[in-house]
Formats: sequence, structure tokens, C-alpha cells
Amino acid sequence: MSTEQYWAPQTLPEALEHLRAKDVTILAGGTDLMVQTHAGRARLGSTLLNIRRIGALHTIARDGEGVRIGALCTMNELQRDPLVKQHFDILLQACDHFASDQLRNNATLGGNVCNASPAGDSLVPLLVLDAQVELQSKPNGSTQTRHLPLAEFITGPGKTRRDPHELVTALWLPLPKPGFVGRFYKFGTRPALDISAISIGIGGVRQGQTLTDVRLAYGAVAATPMRATAAEAALEGQVLNAASIEAAAAAARDEVRPIDDVRASAWYRRELVHNMTLRMLQDESQT
Amino acid sequence: MNLKRDITFTLNGVKSRASVTADMTALAMLRDVLGLTGTKYGCGEGECGACSILVDGLSSNSCLMFALDCDGRELTTIEGLAKHPLGEKLQQSFVDCGAVQCGFCTPGMIVQATHLLEKTPGASREQIARGIEGNLCRCTGYVKIIDAIEAVAEGQT
Repeated sequence: MSTEQYWAPQTLPEALEHLRAKDVTILAGGTDLMVQTHAGRARLGSTLLNIRRIGALHTIARDGEGVRIGALCTMNELQRDPLVKQHFDILLQACDHFASDQLRNNATLGGNVCNASPAGDSLVPLLVLDAQVELQSKPNGSTQTRHLPLAEFITGPGKTRRDPHELVTALWLPLPKPGFVGRFYKFGTRPALDISAISIGIGGVRQGQTLTDVRLAYGAVAATPMRATAAEAALEGQVLNAASIEAAAAAARDEVRPIDDVRASAWYRRELVHNMTLRMLQDESQT
Repeated sequence: MNLKRDITFTLNGVKSRASVTADMTALAMLRDVLGLTGTKYGCGEGECGACSILVDGLSSNSCLMFALDCDGRELTTIEGLAKHPLGEKLQQSFVDCGAVQCGFCTPGMIVQATHLLEKTPGASREQIARGIEGNLCRCTGYVKIIDAIEAVAEGQT
């Protein structure tokens, strides 16, 4: 079946109305949708819904004890935003490594989340930052909103808990605690435009040499971006020293579940996870 | 029956219209519908930058943009940059520096360099190299390309 309807609404309520139809494909930045449809990995639905003109999905603002980032914010917009700069440096680090300037001008945070690629560059820092996914729908005339932790939202490669009638409208990030430090690392064959062989996000609250509220997240080492909870436990409340760092790195290596593919073998990915976790924590302990 | 729509937009400063289908790229619209072949088709998946155009002033891979999404927007292609103060300087600088080998990447390079120097006037060599990281030159003539952009950047300061 081919595309018969095209809508480009300017308001969120209109978009949610259109989403009540069957077989709707949502278009945001389009950078993945176009590649996937032309490669035959995805097909356009009978309705193409372009949400790009909805100004309300483009805002970044303080919201309660956190920051609400509109789903349509592009990687380059995030990099320039004062609130993101102030609170979420680890997300900036990932945006800076994201594809190329042309893609950063178009690729959206909501799109990266909904694509649910195991290697999605923004997903690892979002896991470290405990991001919540905001979803809205309009099942019977009134708008309903629900939130899901990102870790629960993504269920497999390209698979999420988004209901076909729902729209991801924002990501909500709690403000990090005082003393929070975050580091992002992406390994690919070149810095630009590469899909990660692995990526690592490390976060925690530093008090002297002790790390608490430890978050270790990994991309491209399992069916979904994942938190390494055993490795986190190995480091939680510990002084950053050779023994605790090695224990965490070894736990992470044992915990990830990588596959062999064109970018790296599973063995190599495990070695990278161990060695780079080690190096990142060593770097952190020396600052 | 696949959807077909008439859309209107500003192309290189001129109000324009085109009839486009749902799965058509902006690149296909420019080249095949409007006959502007300065913008090149390289990889078709956003890796090479040969198809770069400015959309509302921001550089974009036209091979990844839905033609439908051009409705109401302002597009600038390499043809339009001939009359753009910065684009014109960059074109001349590419000639002066011999920054062209086969020439296939050149339109995309000049579009991206225009965007870069508009956002970052006086960009350093390192900033230039990072700025064009989404543009591949298969002749690998990067040194002269960066020289050409740097010569214009130096004139901005």
C-alpha cells in the first residue's frame, strides 16, 4: 500500500488527531526514515505525518526538578542551548560526536530515541541522566500524557513501547545532583559519521575520590543500549583506585552481551568495554 | 496511487513550485524535477555531503530530506551561491587554490563551507576540518580544500 495522505500540522493537538488514523508514519528530521525507506528496511504508511512544523515540540525549559527537552530539538540546537550546557555536559559530548554538521542540523533527539538503535549516540548519555520519555495521545478528544523511563521505553532494535497513536513529545531529564560528573566515549573507525562499535557513558557524584549514584551505560553491546548494573554496584560508594576501577571494568565486560557484526566482533567489543571503562575511570580519578 | 502534491518554496531567492511524490527526496526534486544539477547525488544516505544544500540557512543533506518537507521553506543550492557574497568568495578561492580535482564534491564542499563561515566567521584550520567532516572528497584533496576555505576565513577577521 502506498502513501495517500500527507499532513504537516503546526500544532500538537492537530498532530495527535492525525495519529488516530491507522498506519501513520511520523516524520521528524527524516535523516533515518529516508535511509530506511530507500533501503527497504521500513515502508511509509498510508499517512505521512510531518511533525517538524510544530513549534511547541521545539522548546527546552526548566520543568519541576528537571529540564524538559522538546522532541524536535536537533543535535545542533542542543549544543547551543544554555540549560543543556549548564546541566547536561555528557549529552553535549555525545551531540558533538553525532554524525556530521549537516545531520546535526536535522536529526532530532526524539527521533534518535524512537529509532531505538542499539548504537544511537544520544541514548547512552540519556540513560546515564535517567531520562524519562514523555508520550502524548488523544484517544477520545482529550490529551493524555504518560512518562516512561528510557530504559523501559526501548525494548529492542528499532522497537519501543510507543503505542501507534502516541507521539513522543519530549524527554525529561532530572537535574543532576551537585558534584555530578559525566563522561562519554564513542569508538568508531573515524570520529565523524560513524556508527559506534561501542559507546560508553559514565556518570556519578564525586565527593573527593569517592563515587556515588554511579551510572554506567553502554551502546552497541546488546539489543538495546543498556545500564551495566553489576559494574555500577562494584563502584558504588567506592574510592576510585586501581582495584575498584578494575573490578567495575571487569564486571562491565562480563555483563554486556555484544554480537559479531561488520563493525566489530563480540570479543573485540568486550575488550573495548573493559579497556575503555578502565581508561575513562582512570582519567576521572586523576581530575 | 501514490500521493502527489504541489508545493511552493523559495529557491535561490525566487518563489518556486514543484509537483512531488511522498517518497521523493529534495535532491531528486532539485535535479530531476527542476533541472538544477549542480547539487550532486553521491551516496544517497547522508555519508558523503555531495548533495548539501542550505535549508532556511542550515546545511542539510538533500538526499535525506523529503521533498514534501521543502514546502514553505527557503532553499539555497550551489547555483544560488554564485550570487551570495560568501559563496562567491569561496568559489573563487577554490579556483585560486586549485582545490578541485574531479570536482564532484565541490558543490557540497562550498555549500558546507558557506554555512560554516556564516556560523563561525574566521574559523580556524581545525574548525574548518571539523566543519567539513560530513563531506567526502574521494580524490582525497582535503589539504587544498581546507586551504581554500581558510583563505576566505582569514579575510573575515
